[in-house]
Amino acid sequence: MIEYDVLVIGGGLAGMSAALHAGEVGASVAMVSKVYPTRSHSAAAQGGINAALGIEDSWEVHAYETVKGSDFLGDQDAIEILCRDGIQDVFALEHWGVIFDRNEEGNIHMRGFGGTDKSRTCHVGDMTGQTILHVMYERLLRMNVKSYDEWFVTTLLMEEGACCGAVAMDITSGKLEVFKAKAVIICTGGCGRVYEPSTNGLIVTGDGLSLAYRVGALLMDMEMVQYHPTTLPANGFLITEGARGEGAYLLNSEGERFMQEERYGATTLEEKASRDVVSRAETIEIQEGRGIDGCVLLDCRHIKDRILEAFHQISELAIDYAGVDITQDPLPIRPGMHYMMGGIKTDIDGRCYRHNGDGSEPLPGLYSAGEAACVSAHGANRLGGNSLLDCVTFGRKAGVHAAEYASSINSPNISEAVIEVEEQKIVDLFARSTNERAPALRLEMGEIMHTFTGVFREEAGLLEAERRIHAVRERYPEVSVHDKGRVFNTDLLAVLELDFMFDCAETIIASALARKESRGAHTRTDYPERDDENWLKHVAVYHTPDGPAVTYLPVTITKWQPEARQY
Amino acid sequence: MIEANLKVYRYDPQTAQEPHYDTYEVKELPDFATVLDALIKVREDIDGTLAMRCSCRSAVCGSCAFRVNGHAKLGCKTKVSTLAPDGEEICVEPMGNMKVIKDLVTEMDIFWDKLKQVKPWIETVGEPPEREYQVPAAKMVELQQPMNCIMCGACVSDCTVLEEDSKFLAPAALAKAYRVVGDPRHGKTKEWLTDLSEEGGIWDCTRCLECVEVCPKDVAPMDQIIKLREQAIEEGLTDNIGAKHVLHFTESVAHTGVLDERMLPIKAAGWGWAVKNAGIAIKATLKGKIKPLLPGSHPSVTEVQDVRRIHEELEEGKRK
Ligand SMILES: Cc1cc2nc3c(=O)[nH]c(=O)nc-3n(C[C@H](O)[C@H](O)[C@H](O)COP(=O)(O)OP(=O)(O)OC[C@H]3O[C@@H](n4cnc5c(N)ncnc54)[C@H](O)[C@@H]3O)c2cc1C
Ligand code: SF4
Ligand code: SF4
Ligand code: FES
Repeated sequence: MIEYDVLVIGGGLAGMSAALHAGEVGASVAMVSKVYPTRSHSAAAQGGINAALGIEDSWEVHAYETVKGSDFLGDQDAIEILCRDGIQDVFALEHWGVIFDRNEEGNIHMRGFGGTDKSRTCHVGDMTGQTILHVMYERLLRMNVKSYDEWFVTTLLMEEGACCGAVAMDITSGKLEVFKAKAVIICTGGCGRVYEPSTNGLIVTGDGLSLAYRVGALLMDMEMVQYHPTTLPANGFLITEGARGEGAYLLNSEGERFMQEERYGATTLEEKASRDVVSRAETIEIQEGRGIDGCVLLDCRHIKDRILEAFHQISELAIDYAGVDITQDPLPIRPGMHYMMGGIKTDIDGRCYRHNGDGSEPLPGLYSAGEAACVSAHGANRLGGNSLLDCVTFGRKAGVHAAEYASSINSPNISEAVIEVEEQKIVDLFARSTNERAPALRLEMGEIMHTFTGVFREEAGLLEAERRIHAVRERYPEVSVHDKGRVFNTDLLAVLELDFMFDCAETIIASALARKESRGAHTRTDYPERDDENWLKHVAVYHTPDGPAVTYLPVTITKWQPEARQY
Repeated sequence: MIEANLKVYRYDPQTAQEPHYDTYEVKELPDFATVLDALIKVREDIDGTLAMRCSCRSAVCGSCAFRVNGHAKLGCKTKVSTLAPDGEEICVEPMGNMKVIKDLVTEMDIFWDKLKQVKPWIETVGEPPEREYQVPAAKMVELQQPMNCIMCGACVSDCTVLEEDSKFLAPAALAKAYRVVGDPRHGKTKEWLTDLSEEGGIWDCTRCLECVEVCPKDVAPMDQIIKLREQAIEEGLTDNIGAKHVLHFTESVAHTGVLDERMLPIKAAGWGWAVKNAGIAIKATLKGKIKPLLPGSHPSVTEVQDVRRIHEELEEGKRK
């Protein structure tokens, strides 16, 4: 049995931040990741990380714009911390060696992003996520933090109502081990692969959401799924918002800059409005027949020098996967699934919660941060550049709190026997000679989710999605593996991940069915208006044998009262 | 729609079967499909026992380096249509210089261990400022090149020196070392360079250019190594095994015209190295500690002529 004070599951930005800070306050800490930490999906973030460093900017403006971006569903205590304390976190990253782009004075250069007319997105060319992730990783090496690379967590362990560890498989050998810990921090990222297509990597399968859900944790805001306005039709790859931040236009088939139209409510920021607003507008244009093969156009021609200078990835992607030279022609793009605003409900210290009677209470020993978590800094719609910040800032807070909590309790009692249950599942799986394959089921799930729980939703469609996902899940026991060995069995991992993804899909649908209004990324055609009177509250779900059950949690409002949202 | 004909290296340590190749005809791939797309289709639809690493599909996570037709490449950055426009067979094998765990999955420990060895973090001196360090914009942009490394291992797979000498820090870690040493915020440049000048460090690269050719992210590790050498000499770090090797080597070439056996990982491609380093050492010997000329390009005929000329000059000098 392996034992630590704090076990961090996930080696992305959130996990690294949590592990670093838990270690710094003196806890014994280990990080477990199913891929080498630098392979985590945080590496894919191109655009940047927000911090109000400019003299014409302030953390209050950043916070207000984040609240407004969230369509007033974000918890304002969390948003204040994100925008105020996050500034120091960004400076810390700089001190550790992140090579942020500079202005002429040698200070951090910031670019424009969506949902604001300020330039507040700090960046490293178009490889911001990768750089921050690598610098953090190197920092962990410097601190000698133990990292279990290519270990796959299969289940969390509970003892007397508290989380006290996990079972994980060493992927290289296929061997299972028990990790005993006083506190566990889930930083497993989002669940993009539940959708097809998605901008997310193949490893982003919502494992942590499901792990927490199964031990009773509340999942919150799960209906809030962000569709990014500019993804490539061929494979779902992302074209960074930085392009619009630099002034790129969106055009319909008539060549009109449709974002200027009154009805989309963004006459001031136009293309730079929040993602939910732009994705909706694009979808309407396409539905009303002003699209081109299901796309609208991103026009970078008038800013081509700037694009070539600052975003070489975009021009490469456009040539490789669309055959378009963006300096000559506009690029067909469409909204695509990108980010989970929802996740494991936490407070500002990263603590997870469970349902009790008519309210909620902390689930001792369990923490979460990053995209897996929902401290609700993003509410119903996240601003670009706020997620990396969320990972770093709330990763830190979860790490510190978990370490302090761990120092206050005794070592939990767990037996090695728990391994046998997990082992048996694998043995049973190997014994199946049925014919369903995990990738085929995942694809079906992804298409159902995209069709019925995408940019626009309505009751009948959501019920249909619920039925169809249920039907696909019923076939899960028929899924078999080709590879019956234990060494680096990725076939087996795909089957285990599929099970996690079903939980994500079900909770997304249940939450979307529950919220009978339109807010942020959640647009119900049958309830087209925002309804503050009845719905200025979080939808949270918890696991029951009959599927997800819904409960509601209040929204924390500190300074900013809900108002009509215009860009 | 296009097709891919794959010949894939297979090895499973759990069976008695020797490593072998399986062939797959992968149909109905989109026109822009990469080698990785084809492999994923194999794994999903044809043969689930195939083990490999992949995630991002867009050349940022560094998971999918394989040897494709003999050279290390990122699967997700290598298009089927460019590699095999007429449906030619594409051979996919695991990376070199690493032990194979299963099929296309290699043990990467060697990669990470070397990375740790170069201490890939900056050490600032004194209290950090309240805000950010003020540093020149151009310097940060320059560091983007080594920072662009996604740790895929392709260069390590194909490094010719590593093949001969497992102690060599190899291209990726050394490129990372420049990312640290070249950072104006780093306060321990000399300390880092001293370590890097040890055996297995910056002086052991033969400049075969392999890493520059295979790197999918334009990191050009060899160029970073050259910058480290320049900086080491600038710092006066000539009194170490690496630099002494070079001096010894020059002597050996000058005296006997024959390569000292111990200097061989140089082999065929190494003549370029011999030429360049002879140049460095000769100049250093003649003029004391001087910044040498360290061009980053491939050895050329004129450079070979150069060394002959330098040889002669050296001979001349000795006669006087
Ligand atoms: C293409 C793209 C571009 C983006 N650009 C930006 C941007 O410019 N700015 C911004 O702020 N945000 C951006 N985002 C969002 C942001 O990158 C992510 O939300 C954020 O990086 C998530 O980080 P994380 O640490 O929560 O999770 P991840 O980085 O996804 O890490 C998850 C970790 O959990 C581990 N893990 C998962 N399951 C298991 C398991 N069962 N066992 C063990 N380990 C497990 C994984 O190995 C991994 O280490 C972008 C996202 C995408 C997809
Ligand atoms: S140039 Fe040097 S580091 Fe690069 S592959 Fe050749 S020997 Fe290795
Ligand atoms: S230097 Fe290039 S080839 Fe080597 S690991 Fe980095 S990205 Fe890969
Ligand atoms: S899959 Fe990420 S680099 Fe190829």
